[in-house]
Amino acid sequence: MEALIGQLFAGLSLGSVLLLAALGLSLTFGQMGVINMAHGEFMMAGAYTVFVVQGVVADAGLALVVSIPLGFLVGGLLGLLLEVLLIHRMYHRPLDTLLVTWGVALILQQVARDVFGAPNVDVKAPTWLSGGVDLGFTQVPAARLFILALSVAAVGALAVVLTRTSLGRRIRGVVQNRDLAETVGISTRDTDRLTFFIGSGLAGIAGVALTLLGSTGPTLGTNYIVDAFLVVVAGGIGQIKGTVIAAFGLGLMQATFEYSTTASLAKVAVFVVVVVFLQIRPQGIFSIRTRSLA
Amino acid sequence: MKSDYLELTDVRVTFDGFVAVDGVTMTVLQGDLRFLIGPNGAGKTTLVDAITGLVPATGSATFGRTELLNRKVHRIARLGVGRTFQTASVFEELTVLQNLDIAAGSGRGPLTMLRKRSSTPPEVEAALEVIGLTDLRDRQAGVLAHGQKQWLEIGMLLVQDSKVLLLDEPVAGMSAEERQQTGELLQRVGENCTVVVVEHDMDFMRSFATSVTVLHAGRVLSEGTVAQVQADPKVQEVYLGRAEVEA
Repeated sequence: MEALIGQLFAGLSLGSVLLLAALGLSLTFGQMGVINMAHGEFMMAGAYTVFVVQGVVADAGLALVVSIPLGFLVGGLLGLLLEVLLIHRMYHRPLDTLLVTWGVALILQQVARDVFGAPNVDVKAPTWLSGGVDLGFTQVPAARLFILALSVAAVGALAVVLTRTSLGRRIRGVVQNRDLAETVGISTRDTDRLTFFIGSGLAGIAGVALTLLGSTGPTLGTNYIVDAFLVVVAGGIGQIKGTVIAAFGLGLMQATFEYSTTASLAKVAVFVVVVVFLQIRPQGIFSIRTRSLA
Repeated sequence: MKSDYLELTDVRVTFDGFVAVDGVTMTVLQGDLRFLIGPNGAGKTTLVDAITGLVPATGSATFGRTELLNRKVHRIARLGVGRTFQTASVFEELTVLQNLDIAAGSGRGPLTMLRKRSSTPPEVEAALEVIGLTDLRDRQAGVLAHGQKQWLEIGMLLVQDSKVLLLDEPVAGMSAEERQQTGELLQRVGENCTVVVVEHDMDFMRSFATSVTVLHAGRVLSEGTVAQVQADPKVQEVYLGRAEVEA
């Protein structure tokens, strides 16, 4: 029983990390149809934000709390810059976008190496997140619990913005019907920029959270970018709820397979399952019409 | 005083050498319910696309002395020139009220849009009333009947305070009763607006048009009242005669 709960939590925890990494992509890739390979590097930028903030703020806990909005801003502004300078010129050319953003990803990694050095930097976890939390029947790491809560909060906040505010309705309107949106007076350019800002900002928050789990280095993002795309595709592009279900589903699967085999074999198994699933249901768990990929 | 009018001068649209609209000149006054008819491929929809900025065009299209051509689509919309599409186009996954809200708030900045709105703006209430969808305000637009979607689209133009309404086949696929209601809706709306209706339905045109422009092969073939246009032998040859045969 205890082992089962332990595995369940490991799966949920893995799923929440995947979810944080994929949530921003579900906006920029899922809603807008942009294949942004530099998304992982926005996560890396969010992680280094924590490192920089810790240089200024001595208290690790306070630094983490400050880093969450700041990481959103850093990721968002990088995304905005990328959208304005490059991506908006190639909205109808997905292959070009893929290559260009991959180039941008390499440049950003090199910038990180030049500024912070090639080796990983040391980001301290706050003391209240370094221990375990006793849930009565089992012990779970506090940091993982924090990430789980953060990912749920991020999904909740995004859902509220998309469904409850005029801003979100405008974003969904532009996704659903661009021509109509323009003819009712909405600037689709402004909306595109804003959507990309929010999606990239979420990548920044994911990066902040990842500093609690592992080392912070220039290639932090590349470890997650493939998984993040996998989650969005499996969930069905254009659907936040699909992304949520797919993230936790893949996390639980990975944890389950890992329990009976090894981490690498589990990874292979998860990929196989996703490939088979997409053969049966190419549109993912949920589907909606979007601009360029449907 | 009917000072605001839509004036087109020598509007041309070319697609890769194919001339879709070939120098159209026409004037539509406020309060006019102008029908734009013509055979398939005459350039009716393309002309509407040109005025609303969806396709590039040369020449001049002015409303209240403001040039519309070569402006961005959403700028033209904010100048008070609205249009509907041939296939009923609404934001299918949003409710009726949210559709109207998007149109009403199109000029708002992003930060003010995060605030929760306390009540329905009066212009949205008024538009719901005019298009007869007050009871269906919280219904998802995607599940509305075809006619109701068209009315919602017209409502979205009303809440934006559009002064020029360009309607692309608003009664296509409607029942006789819906056509009658739509016609009456257009007459009510048309008192304060300049309305241009692209239409194939001759009966609908005879019942509601105050004036008619006939396009053929991208040019104006004839213009006048319904009776004048119907009596024009050129029109009978290319269009009305054939329409009778088809009917």
